Amino acid sequence: MPGYNDPSFDTLALHAGAAPDPSTGARAVPIHLTTSFVFESSDHAASLFNLERAGHVYSRISNPTNAVLEQRVAALEGGIGAITTASGQAALHLTIATLMGAGSHIVASTALYGGSHNLLHYTLSRFGIETTFVQPNDMDAWRAAVRPNTKLFFGETVGNPGLDVLDIPTVSSIAHEAGVPLLVDSTLTTPYLVKPFELGADLVYHSATKFLSGHGTVIGGVVVDGGSFDWEKSGKFPELTQSYEGFHNMVFSEESTVGAFLLRARREGLRDFGACMSPHSAWLILQGIETLSLRMDRHMANTEKVVQFLASHPLVSRVGHPLIESHPSHALAEKLLRFGVRGAGSVFSFDIQGSREQGKAFIEALKIFSHLANVGDCRSLVIHPASTTHFRMSDDALRGAGIGPGTIRLSIGLEDPADLIDDLKRALKAAEKVGSPSNKA
Amino acid sequence: MKFTLHTPTGQAYETYAYTGGKAFDATQPTLVFIHGVLNDHSVWILQTRYLAHHGFNVLAVDLPGHGRSGGDAPRSVEEAALFIEALLDAAGIQQAGLIGHSWGSLISLETAARLKERITHLALVGTAFPMKVSPALIEASLNEPTKALQMVNVFSRATLAAPPSVLGPGTWVYGASMALGRRVLASNLQVNIFHRGFVACDSYKNGLQAMAAVTCPVLFLLGESDQMTPPRAAKSLIDQAQATGKKFSVVKIPMGHHQMSEAPEETLDALKTFLGLAT
Repeated sequence: MPGYNDPSFDTLALHAGAAPDPSTGARAVPIHLTTSFVFESSDHAASLFNLERAGHVYSRISNPTNAVLEQRVAALEGGIGAITTASGQAALHLTIATLMGAGSHIVASTALYGGSHNLLHYTLSRFGIETTFVQPNDMDAWRAAVRPNTKLFFGETVGNPGLDVLDIPTVSSIAHEAGVPLLVDSTLTTPYLVKPFELGADLVYHSATKFLSGHGTVIGGVVVDGGSFDWEKSGKFPELTQSYEGFHNMVFSEESTVGAFLLRARREGLRDFGACMSPHSAWLILQGIETLSLRMDRHMANTEKVVQFLASHPLVSRVGHPLIESHPSHALAEKLLRFGVRGAGSVFSFDIQGSREQGKAFIEALKIFSHLANVGDCRSLVIHPASTTHFRMSDDALRGAGIGPGTIRLSIGLEDPADLIDDLKRALKAAEKVGSPSNKA
Repeated sequence: MKFTLHTPTGQAYETYAYTGGKAFDATQPTLVFIHGVLNDHSVWILQTRYLAHHGFNVLAVDLPGHGRSGGDAPRSVEEAALFIEALLDAAGIQQAGLIGHSWGSLISLETAARLKERITHLALVGTAFPMKVSPALIEASLNEPTKALQMVNVFSRATLAAPPSVLGPGTWVYGASMALGRRVLASNLQVNIFHRGFVACDSYKNGLQAMAAVTCPVLFLLGESDQMTPPRAAKSLIDQAQATGKKFSVVKIPMGHHQMSEAPEETLDALKTFLGLAT
């Protein structure tokens, strides 16, 4: 029953969480650049601090502009609520720090963004949280990695940059058998291309820096709770199911049957770790989300054309996109993603036949593609992962993430696809020249 | 807080009531909050926690067979009223105010009629009489509960931009209500409590007689945009309250059927005024 009470994705992308400002009539979401909010009385102040009433106190904990973004992303994902954070990495850290402490264990996919791999493999191990990495498509490995102290399964909806599609229904089912939630990073897919909660995931986070914002202007993250995981039934999360002295002796799962995670994450995690989002950043990301579906449609259409071009070029030995039938996730993408193989997004990798020098020549010859460390911009981007985003990973770990020494990662933007193909054609020619016998000493 | 109750045949079962983050104190006045179909105590968080810290004992129940409470889910409003009476007895409460939402409002009404002066206040939130449920929705609650849950939440929603709500800022009330419905439905594997609750609402006949028998002040707290229990559907009860000389008030707030989560402040303010607290 379409309409205001049952709006579709595009309507939610514009209206969820926002109404005309009651005090000024402003139609666009105002940017509430204020650190704090005046109390009506001493009783009002005390009741806000004690969670007897809902409202804003201090912008590290919550802010009206951020709250619009939180409601909007939760609405688009089909979740119960969300928390905005300083970055995608902050969202991942907030999630983990809310659910566990030293002595805990995570099972994670090998196909992760390099920064996430760093956090899990190097940084968190220093704080007593260990991670076992498994190939995302090896279900026996996920099952075998579970330990008594395992608290979380974690993967990316489509792995960066190999685009291994995570079999969320199967992995979540293994996680739930083990009594733990599945967290997914849906940065590359956005809620427009896949709805992880509908497939069985329990928690979703985004680097909103990427497609949600979409214009390469802002750093931000957001974590969304689907409200489906039963922390009490699991019995593995005293952080959420037992009285917490650090916050009014609250039992979070008693206060909210479905929202215990978000309660603790905001009341402890944002309060104590403080990795909050600026309201100005929230506003920029809201601007991006308003056109999310329009942009993602164009990203997909452009990517399809670029993939077709690269796949037919003699200097290209591999194109790592599920659009290619031989891609290991071709069938899974067709099954799980909203737009099938096209929905695997616009960030993918490919390999150039030949030397590292040829790879370098290729990147340096590009005019429209920008050489930088980001994805999900409206402009097309390029990078060499092995020497940049994933450089701390061993060769084995790189292979696990689907990256070779000569792999090039592209993030396809919104330019005219003919211009993008022309740019790639010229750069491939430059690479070919470097590899030709006349250029060898 | 858990209480041990007994079924009419003598079987013991545990029932749960949220106390608002404060220990139960028998010297304070008591308020019992009763949720609607496929809800639990947590829908009242932003009213109960405040009142528990401002001089009241709060017992926000999970009805039998719902959420954290054992026992058989009530088949009728009258059966649920017996449960509330048994709970007051088990807790040693001589007098209490009753606050009910939707189905819970009918349970509160019936309990107040039966317990007379033992009930000090009666607040009916999102109420209607008769509380007819469409045959299509009753059928869907039995055979397609997910679809029925979606229908209920679409009808209950009045805004896409709720103020800070049950989980604080950033709560998507529609999603939270869907998730709660799914969780409560899954909490009872023996009985479809969605269907049973709707049938109990639909088949309750004693509303007008019950209102006539109530002895305490009554608050009608209605959502102006409520499509589940529109304000006009409460008219028969309001007329009866007037006709039988009750002390009553009617407060309409600009929200739908999710009064407690879409308009937590207005709902709390109306309750505070009704209970004699300064707003």
